[in-house]
Amino acid sequence: MSFYKVFDVAGSALNAQQVRMNVTASNLANAGSVNGNENAVYRARQPMFETFRDSMDSSLAGVRVTGINESDAPLATRYEPNHPSANAEGNVYVSNVNTVEEMVNMISASRSYQNNVEIVNTTKDLLLQTLQMGR
Amino acid sequence: MTFSISTPHEQFMGLHAKRSEVLSSNIANADTPGYKARDYNFADALKQIAGDRPSVTMKQTHTAHRNTWSDNALNAQLEYRVPTQPTLDGNTVEMDVEQAAFAENALKYRTSLRFVDGYFKSLRFAIRGTD
Repeated sequence: MSFYKVFDVAGSALNAQQVRMNVTASNLANAGSVNGNENAVYRARQPMFETFRDSMDSSLAGVRVTGINESDAPLATRYEPNHPSANAEGNVYVSNVNTVEEMVNMISASRSYQNNVEIVNTTKDLLLQTLQMGR
Repeated sequence: MTFSISTPHEQFMGLHAKRSEVLSSNIANADTPGYKARDYNFADALKQIAGDRPSVTMKQTHTAHRNTWSDNALNAQLEYRVPTQPTLDGNTVEMDVEQAAFAENALKYRTSLRFVDGYFKSLRFAIRGTD
């Protein structure tokens, strides 16, 4: 029964969107964090999605997360000589998380998640009705 | 004595189930850069099932042999969807189109299911003489 594969496909998407949601949560939690060391400051992260096809049936396409990329957007510096982690010049680096982008990401991930849950529910419904056939 | 389902709805169910896989793949990849949405050319596939049998069929040398022409019909070509609006990341999934197609497909599956179900129900009615 080919319906069962729908659960795999939708499940892979649920998993990928969950990862995206987790990464967005990390980004929002670390927005505005500062560090005197340019290399140690938190940089916005972004999951990379990739399509993967079933080896037996190429019409099926799930999603997988191939990795988490760190944003190379420029870091802002603030002159705060009294800050405990300020560097020798009295500057601190601020993380490059863009909160507006992250909120958009969060809404997009949550909508995509809902879409895939709906797919699972509809397919489950169809399968259950098929099991009742002839009763 | 063997019964065979004389309606094409049995095959339709298989086709709708197959199509739901492709549509769910599209929806799953709504956020994947570069993914191209696909769908079956449904009209052609249905014509193949409801209309003429395919030109290549197996020879029946025994009465118990079954024709597998329904599997042939499932080889309907997958085609790429033409998006109404281009996207920057090359993804051609349009969520509203896919959701509408998925809902329509589920409804059609239910319709075919009802027909096949009705066939079995009337068989049972004929056997028992009562509901």
